[in-house]
Amino acid sequence: MTEITTPIRAGGASTGWLGRLEGKLSWILLGLAGLALPLLDDSYMGTIATRAYIYWVLSAGLNLVVGYAGQIAIGWVSMLTLGAYTTAALAAGRVGPEWPVYLALLAGGGVGAVFGVVVGLPALRLRTFYFAMTTLGFATIATQVALAWKDVTGGGVGTPGPVFPWPFDPGWGFYYFCFLLAAVATWITANIGSSRYGRALVAIRDAEVAAEASGIAKPRLLVLIFLLAGALGGIAGGLFASLQSYITPDAFTFEMSVLFFIGILIGGRGSILGPALGTLILTVLPEIAAPLVQWSTFLYAALLLLIVLVIPGGIADLLDYRNRRPLEQHREIVPRPDLLPRVLGDQNARTLIALKGIRLHFGGVKAIDGLDLEIHGGEVHGLIGPNGSGKTTTLNVVSGYYRPREGSLRVDGSDLPFERPHVRAQWRIARTFQTPRVVGAASVLENVMIGGTVHGHGTFAESMLSLPRHRLDERVLREAAMLALATVGLESLASVRADRLQHSELRFVEIARALVLRPACLMLDEPAAGLSAEEIRRLGGLIKAISRAGTAVLLVEHHADLIFDICDRVTVLNLGKVLAAGTPEEIRSHREVVSAYLGA
Amino acid sequence: MLQSIVSYGLAVGAVYALIGITYNVMYSASRVFSFTAGMLGMLGGVLGALFIQKMGINAVLGFVMVLACGAVLGIVTELLTVRPVLKSIEQHLYVLSTLAFALMIQQVTAIEWGTEAQPFPVLLPIGEGWLDQKFWLPLLACAVTIGGLEFLYRYTLIGRAFLAIAEDNYAARALGLPETWLRIASFALAGMIGTLAGFTGAQMLLAFFGNQSILNFYGFVPVALGGMGSNRGAVIGGLALGLFQQAANFLVGGIFAAVAVFAVFIVVLLLRPEGIAGASTARRV
Repeated sequence: MTEITTPIRAGGASTGWLGRLEGKLSWILLGLAGLALPLLDDSYMGTIATRAYIYWVLSAGLNLVVGYAGQIAIGWVSMLTLGAYTTAALAAGRVGPEWPVYLALLAGGGVGAVFGVVVGLPALRLRTFYFAMTTLGFATIATQVALAWKDVTGGGVGTPGPVFPWPFDPGWGFYYFCFLLAAVATWITANIGSSRYGRALVAIRDAEVAAEASGIAKPRLLVLIFLLAGALGGIAGGLFASLQSYITPDAFTFEMSVLFFIGILIGGRGSILGPALGTLILTVLPEIAAPLVQWSTFLYAALLLLIVLVIPGGIADLLDYRNRRPLEQHREIVPRPDLLPRVLGDQNARTLIALKGIRLHFGGVKAIDGLDLEIHGGEVHGLIGPNGSGKTTTLNVVSGYYRPREGSLRVDGSDLPFERPHVRAQWRIARTFQTPRVVGAASVLENVMIGGTVHGHGTFAESMLSLPRHRLDERVLREAAMLALATVGLESLASVRADRLQHSELRFVEIARALVLRPACLMLDEPAAGLSAEEIRRLGGLIKAISRAGTAVLLVEHHADLIFDICDRVTVLNLGKVLAAGTPEEIRSHREVVSAYLGA
Repeated sequence: MLQSIVSYGLAVGAVYALIGITYNVMYSASRVFSFTAGMLGMLGGVLGALFIQKMGINAVLGFVMVLACGAVLGIVTELLTVRPVLKSIEQHLYVLSTLAFALMIQQVTAIEWGTEAQPFPVLLPIGEGWLDQKFWLPLLACAVTIGGLEFLYRYTLIGRAFLAIAEDNYAARALGLPETWLRIASFALAGMIGTLAGFTGAQMLLAFFGNQSILNFYGFVPVALGGMGSNRGAVIGGLALGLFQQAANFLVGGIFAAVAVFAVFIVVLLLRPEGIAGASTARRV
């Protein structure tokens, strides 16, 4: 996959150095302003700015949880509490000997990371509200424990915060320390955000089922994110304790959580710059509007309500001019099957997927009742039958959403485990869905790149630090995705938000996403539904070409013409059983099939 | 000591159970979990103390006024924070809208009422120990609520309409049930139950703005453990939680009690995501 010679350019995307600079300009300006602030020699302003940086260290991590992964972590202030007390207690020698302050700060980050995962655990299996409630409950409990555990926290009286020694001593030294850490937090979370991990997080948020089918293991990924967000929260806590110079449980109000949360929401989901500005503004605002301090929480809450009801997309959506430019009106999808060999690479080994004796019941309904089916590489296998005959259910068994009661599922002779949908991508089994599952807020190109998630080699840490292997992954994946888009005929829309596309175009986006996996087996669930006659003809040509490149194609469809045009074998299901199987000619003349399904 | 664990635990547990029922009533009508449950509980105490203690209104009238305020707040919750986000319920925006509304009310309370916990008047000075109002009143309220809801759901037409909406929203609408009005009514009812919980428990928990987040969490635990929408689960879970918490408080101290409740909550939910008595839900593809 490395020797793609003629890269296909993203239409309309500026890739020159000027374009890259443009994207980073806001950061450069922010950074310069931060570096130059001490020149004003205003220590009050320095304190406020330091606080904003500290809040951002926490919010940068929280942004991945809330903005990218879409998990409603409303009580993340608890990480600040834990980090603050850990750092303060260790540095003051309340637990064992006195620790060096920097080491104590690291320990605060460590404790934050551990509890980030503990609090996050319910998010791996539970519905949104449960997780929101867990974080809220944890925040409540953290404060209660801080009040009660007097030996370590000083109870209601409090404990002095740590003082960092030279060069980061209180004053401008500490200011630069916090500035530095805020910059680092920005850098690593931005790296994650633009990596395959960031795209996977957004996919989990907006199209969870498609994410699983692309090989994204939600629990593993979320644990990593909670680790990172917890660690950043803990470190922010240690800095916060030092800034406050004296901490009591009152300092960690739930309202602070709301501030973090709103900063991210105002900024917009899936953005880094937006939330950073949001946090900055929300920290500075109450200082300017001093008479309103008493009402600040009320105003935050009112702002939150307003955002949710009026601009759920946040500032980033409001500023997204590029995606408000009108698209060309009469667009045509012209696939280029000739590119397929480059997309799919060598497929010499012809895969064989064999289902044997599959039985699956939903309560009393026999959805599949003893099904045998073989799907061969290099062939298009059509699966037809009336509604409720078990076509999509069969597909869902292969892609791991259902566990049949009996039967075996083998790929080239080795058992493919039932359930576990996210391992399918490693077996190079890809699929599309009856209703397209795409991430509306991401660009078409990013959507297609999600399909190649399992081909990345770089680890989470490598992506975080933008090491060479990560950059190579990104480049290869981007090229492969552009090629796949060109193959289905959508490369001119690569940089457009996916939710602006027409239904028929989304169907082809899903196929491109599946192609990036270089699938040995591709399952299409009614890909022609909602397409025009001309589009169906082109789709047929594309599907046939995919199979000729060596991929095994399983096609569930209602358009009889398409099925008989392109299939090499057809299986007809009725009431969960095989009614007939054979070549299209045999099926077309099969008496029972004609009377039961096709009509005379 | 046993007596105080049991009496105090059951009383607190009854308050948790009532808050749990408040969650359930709103959830059944709209599939929305609302953070206003704890707010209603907090307000029940604060408004009660305000009307009866501060303004010197007759206890019965004050009680009715508190419930009326709860009903109004329930309706406002529905109109302002639930209905606008209901059509895109899969985005879970209701979590944020209800939380924002609850925080606004809490903040107004903190500013106007004060951030200190204030006492709640003794309304029925019958006796001491078990006979103390603060112990039996929440239990009585809980029993009356459960009985009333059972009667409503089983024997009245409007109650059956509630159940129909809870069971299958679309089918209920197709039958011509006035879904919107039933939802408003449910939120009003939830408002009354929530403030009832706060009112009856306020002698024990005091009239304190900070009760909001505590009740939000401890009221949700029994619902999560007992299964969504199950009132019986909420009552059993609530009473068990109250007893457990008090026993732990007396025997091993407050830190452990808080941590233990949280640990049990997480572990049970990881093992049985639908709650101990809940049924699992169906297909996604």
